[in-house]
Amino acid sequence: MRAPRVGIIGIGQSEFKAKRDDANYPELVREGVTRALNDCKRELKDMEAVVYSLAPDALLGIGNAERLGVDAVGARNKRFMRINTGGATGISSVITGWTHIAAGVCDLVLVAGADKVGESGDSQTILNKIWDPMYERALPLGTITMLAMSAVRAMDKYGLTEEDMARVTVKARANAARNPKAHLRKTVTIDDVMQSRYISWPIKLLDACPQSSGGAAIVLASEKYIKENKLDAVWIRGVGHCSESYYMGDRMGNKIMADHADAHALGQSFLRSYKMAGITDPRNEVHVAELYAPFSNTEYHSIEASGVCGMGESMALMREGHFDIGGKIPVNPSGGTLCTNAIAVSALVRAAEIALQVWGRAGDHQVKGARVGIASGNGGDHQFFGTMVIES
Amino acid sequence: MELMKRRESWNISYDHALGETASYFFAQVRDNAQIYGRRDPKSGRVLVPPRAFSDQTLEPTTEWVKVGPGGRIEAFTIVYEEFKTLPDPPYAFGYVLLDGADTAIGGFFRGIDLKDPAKAAQWLKIGTRVMTRFKDERKGSVLDFWFELEKGGDNAKSVEGEPVGGYE
Repeated sequence: MRAPRVGIIGIGQSEFKAKRDDANYPELVREGVTRALNDCKRELKDMEAVVYSLAPDALLGIGNAERLGVDAVGARNKRFMRINTGGATGISSVITGWTHIAAGVCDLVLVAGADKVGESGDSQTILNKIWDPMYERALPLGTITMLAMSAVRAMDKYGLTEEDMARVTVKARANAARNPKAHLRKTVTIDDVMQSRYISWPIKLLDACPQSSGGAAIVLASEKYIKENKLDAVWIRGVGHCSESYYMGDRMGNKIMADHADAHALGQSFLRSYKMAGITDPRNEVHVAELYAPFSNTEYHSIEASGVCGMGESMALMREGHFDIGGKIPVNPSGGTLCTNAIAVSALVRAAEIALQVWGRAGDHQVKGARVGIASGNGGDHQFFGTMVIES
Repeated sequence: MELMKRRESWNISYDHALGETASYFFAQVRDNAQIYGRRDPKSGRVLVPPRAFSDQTLEPTTEWVKVGPGGRIEAFTIVYEEFKTLPDPPYAFGYVLLDGADTAIGGFFRGIDLKDPAKAAQWLKIGTRVMTRFKDERKGSVLDFWFELEKGGDNAKSVEGEPVGGYE
């Protein structure tokens, strides 16, 4: 039995930037909401429920900022919940919105959020606090160092090189240059990346995502509502979530169930999405992918987890242009998380971008003929993963 | 128009209870310069740092097991950028599978010249043998110990120059 059809009818995104001094937090949330509502010609009063996309509070500097955001999304007297799975928050939020409709509880659901990561600039200090105070907090762990260690393991396991990493940034920036919503849009060369300074070996400045500010929202609707109102829509055909255990050191050593080089649970999540969507051969059935990858190296393990190529094969395919716009399966045609990371909504933007692609509305970064796309989000200590299949 | 900003900072203190398992672990580090793991009776795996229950079988662990002091590097990074509240760069840290353990524990790598990133990364390559060193004055913290390259390790020999020096 296939899952009930849930449609995406409206999409709104800010033009993401380092700073948005013209808008405070709820005003930035409202920006994405207004754009998504205008996109589907609906009003806030039409929404039956709101799923609020908000990652760790300290990145924003407002405790439980969903309190403050509630009016920006018009949630008074409505079903309202905040979702937080770290970097996966945005896609988990869309999946939660999907759940409201797939369960037959609502016909129209708004999924929205915003982030202003650039207002602190201390994101690695904040993200060090996601490690436990018993054993690991005293070490200078952060998301950069954690994923630098994933790169080091991929170098050992698959022969990943710093040039392979640079190639991801070059592709991402070339794509972002075609996407007016992206934050870092200046094209770079492999030499530019290789000559940028080391942050956490082997990750260099140009292998790393920026701290972005902006809002994003998606309006979801039931098939019944879409048909009754003769609306245009694209369809969420498969969703999945999967989690890893906590300790990074358990993903290395003896008899491991998952290797920190890879994104094992992301792969499991994709299998769940594919099963629901009836996809048996992702290499040939998927036309475009938006995969959450905040550091260049992590795009490789995300591509492999998505099943569009085998383990250890993504680097050679990247060299051949397989994942470019115009290649067999373009990955992150928007420029991806590597060029724009407003953490609370980054994974929501992955779903939004895939919806635009299969809708044929992605503008200058449109992948020709894309009808089936996949999106993913990664959060926590490389720990929580959400995935989605969207079709036209 | 003039756009205004307001500076805010959070400075919050906690006294986190470590619980029985972590308390025993840190008392052994402090008093005896010894690292212990906990054995999962179902799989036989020794978890380091010790947990009260297994991440894989989900069963309570039942037995303390001495591990180390030797081990092999499982992951590392070398940080060259300064981050607020984190140590002054450069520094190297990562994960080590201590002898007798089945999972890796985090710690600093010291005694390695980090000036040349490529060379330092070769010295710290996955699989390199290391030895645990303990501070003389220990407080019961993961910072009471660190890892140094085992003398004459194969990787150390294959890289030109001497790995020692440069840190601190």
